[in-house]
Parts: sequence; structure tokens; C-alpha cells
Amino acid sequence: MSNVPDNLKYKQTHEWVESLNDGSVRIGITDHAQDLLGDMVYIELPEVGRKVKAGEECGVVESVKAASDLYSPISGEITAVNEALATQPETPNKDPYGEGWILCIKPDDPAELNGLMNAQAYRDLIASESH
Amino acid sequence: MGKHTPLYDSHVALGAKIVDFSGWDMPLHYGSQIDEHHQVRSDAGLFDVSHMTIVDMHGGGVRPLLRLLLANNVDKLERPGKAIYTCMLNEQGGVIDDLIVYFMNKDHFRVVFNAGTRDKVLSWVREHAAKYPVEIVERDDLAMIAVQGPNARDKVHAILDEKSRHSAAGLAPFYAVQVGDLFVSRTGYTGEDGYELMVPNDQAPQIWQRLLDQGVKPCGLGARDTLRLEAGMNLYGTDMDETTTPLESGLGWTVAWEPTDRDFIGRAALEQRRDNGALPIWVGLVLTDKGVLRNHQPVYNDSGQIGEITSGSFSPTLGKAIAFARVSHDTPAHCQVEIRGRRLPTKVVKPPFVRHGKSRFNDI
Repeated sequence: MSNVPDNLKYKQTHEWVESLNDGSVRIGITDHAQDLLGDMVYIELPEVGRKVKAGEECGVVESVKAASDLYSPISGEITAVNEALATQPETPNKDPYGEGWILCIKPDDPAELNGLMNAQAYRDLIASESH
Repeated sequence: MGKHTPLYDSHVALGAKIVDFSGWDMPLHYGSQIDEHHQVRSDAGLFDVSHMTIVDMHGGGVRPLLRLLLANNVDKLERPGKAIYTCMLNEQGGVIDDLIVYFMNKDHFRVVFNAGTRDKVLSWVREHAAKYPVEIVERDDLAMIAVQGPNARDKVHAILDEKSRHSAAGLAPFYAVQVGDLFVSRTGYTGEDGYELMVPNDQAPQIWQRLLDQGVKPCGLGARDTLRLEAGMNLYGTDMDETTTPLESGLGWTVAWEPTDRDFIGRAALEQRRDNGALPIWVGLVLTDKGVLRNHQPVYNDSGQIGEITSGSFSPTLGKAIAFARVSHDTPAHCQVEIRGRRLPTKVVKPPFVRHGKSRFNDI
């Protein structure tokens, strides 16, 4: 069964969102998503400073098996990307919620975070998708 | 639910991710397909390939039948146990399937077809066999286990009794021998040394377990695909099918043109294509940038599209994306592949990419 930490928010496109102390959020793909994709071999990261809308493509995660678009769960400005993924794309397989983070965003409207799924809602989603 | 091989319960117990493959529930990987890939290149890996179609053909008419059905010539098989790789063609020269045929004795050949082609292949063979004194026997009673890697043969020898070990150890590449209930073949689909073992279904779990106990790691279809891609080996349905001939699929070497009076099915169409010239060629590509090559991505030179990728993936051994592509005969040494709207530079190479664990392209 996939790990779905209680302290994070989720999007149905299988991204997780963690609120940081400075008001920005950190984003990655869920344990369930990395399990579906399998061994990752390439992650295309967006430019820092780029403005994105919620639902906009902001990167590509490629496993041996398939390429999968990464969608921004919220609107805002990209403030950081995980450069280590360029040489270690397998990190989200090993530690999807920690070292495997992908990017940080400064939200345009912090209230938008309230529209994301909580852990239980995301657990229900992946349970329904696997049946 | 799909069909299960005799090793299905073992796959589940080993934590395999199970996927559908041509109607079979098969292991994709047991955790990491890249780790499994490296395991085969550096030591030994174990594959359940029981979904493949094993057919025995018996009778005085088998050799003439196979001379008709196969583009390679079974008359090259003179010593019992010897195998060849070949395509079976339709009248248009399109590939119905690729297969390995073993010459067991004068009146017995064994053929191993793909899993996904089973029904059409059996009906094609039976249709043509009707005119020959031949008995066709599907060997659903046999499981097939591939053990591949530089240490694979030693690991298999360790579980055999002395007499069987002696017979197996004496096999040259592309030879097979029946030792008791076990059929041992020095063949594979990875570019490494090793065996493919055919065993009665009820004995398969025990042999599988004994090989696991020898430290051979289970490997799924994911690793099987990247291993065969690095090794320059075609995948039926992807690299060639009924709409393409061996000549534009990198398989011209498997067509036996001599003797010229052997009129195998598809010969006339192939000769016509060969003599018309300017056929597309089938090449290897290595992506010099980061990214992953995928099936059906278009290939370009400076003036336009010249073909497309037939199989693409990531090569764990090279650490780069590699592919096979069917492209125009005058393809330059460097071309571009379009990935998500961007054209990225690739180098054109002659497969295989990897041989016996080592990259053949250290300069890329």
C-alpha cells in the first residue's frame, strides 16, 4: 500500500504539496505515482522564476516505462527546483516526499491550498483508481 | 484475469508488479527493473518466459514444411540440437512472427514462437502442414525459464546432476540438449551468455526456487525489454510486423537466399523489394542530450522527416536513451529525434549497443 503522509495536501494528478514556513510550498510526486511509473531516468525541470497557473504543465517525469507530465497544483511563481534530480533522477523512487521533491512555488493566493485534497481524500482516490 | 504460468504464485510471493502481456499476467519487475538489468549484465538473472509458444513438429514432412514456411533455411541445421533464428513470412514478405527452431532429430523439430502471435501462428502452420506428413504438438505442458548473465551457466550447472551438467556444459552457443525431463538451450534474449530451460510445468516452481537459492535474481519483462534493446534484438509487433519485411527490419541476415530454388513463402515479394533498392534501413540511435527515446517518435535530417523510432527506451548500461529506427537508406551519421516538439541530436549507430556487459560506444 502506498505511503500517503497526513501532513501534506494532494492533487488528483498525483502531486503532493507541503507548506513551508516562508509561505512557499514544496511539490513532488506521490509514492503511488512513482510506483506506477517505475524506475525514473530523466526529470525535466522548469525555469526558476517562471509563473505557472494551477493545472499547467511544469515539467516531465520520465521512467524507463513512460513519460508523465508534471502539473502545477497551484498558481504562483517557481522559486526553486531540485537540481540534484538532473544527475539522480531515481531519487523520487527512493524518497518521494523528502529528497525526491521537485520544485517550490510561491503561491499567488495561499487560500488556493484549501482547495487541494487532504491525505484521506487522496487515499480514497488511489483506492478507487486501482479497482 | 489473464492466464497464469506455473510460476505465477512465486512472482506474487516475490513482490512482483504484475502486468498484462498478450493475455498473460506476467511480472514487469520485482522492485526495480534497472537493478534487474544490471544484475543480468554483471551476474545472473532469472526470467519466466513460459508464456512463449512451444511447438513440437514430428514426422518425415517437417523439414520440407519448414523449408517452405521459414525465410531462413533449416537445411543449415545438420547436427541434432542446433538452432537458428528466423522469420516466418506471409506471401507479401511481411513478418508473421520471428522464432527459434531447434533441430532435434531427423523427424523432430521444436519451434518457439512469441506469446502474442500464438493463435494466428498456429493456424498458419496447421493450414500449410495439412499437405505434409507432419504432427503438430503444442507443448502447453512445458514451462520456460531463461537464466542469463555472465555467471548464469555456472548457476544452472550447480543445480544439475553430474550427467546433465556435463551435457549442458558441452553446449556451444545456439545448441540445445534434452537431459531427462529438462531441455537446456544455450540461447537468450539479453546479449549475455546463458540458458533457456524448458521443463514440465509441475517441475518449474522447484527449478525456479533452486536457482533463486543459488542467488540468481528474478527479473521481469521490463528488464527483458531494455536488455534486448541494448543487445540489438528485434521485438515482434514493435520493430517488425506483417506490414514490414525482414529487409527493412535489420533482419536481412536471417533470410537464406541460397539455394535459389528454395521457394519459401514470401520469397518472390522479398526479391522484388530487394531488387528495387532504396529500401528503408533499420539503425540504432543514441540520444546525445538528456531525455528518453520512445516508440514512434519521428526522426529528421536537415531536410525533413526520414523515418521513425520502432523501439526506444533508456539504456541502463550506457546511461543514455537508445532506440531502433526505420529510416531512409541515405540517413546521415547524425540526425534529430522530435521529443515533445523539440528536435534533439542523435547519433546513428549499428546495433548492438552493448555486448557481454560492455558498451560498444565509449565515444558517445
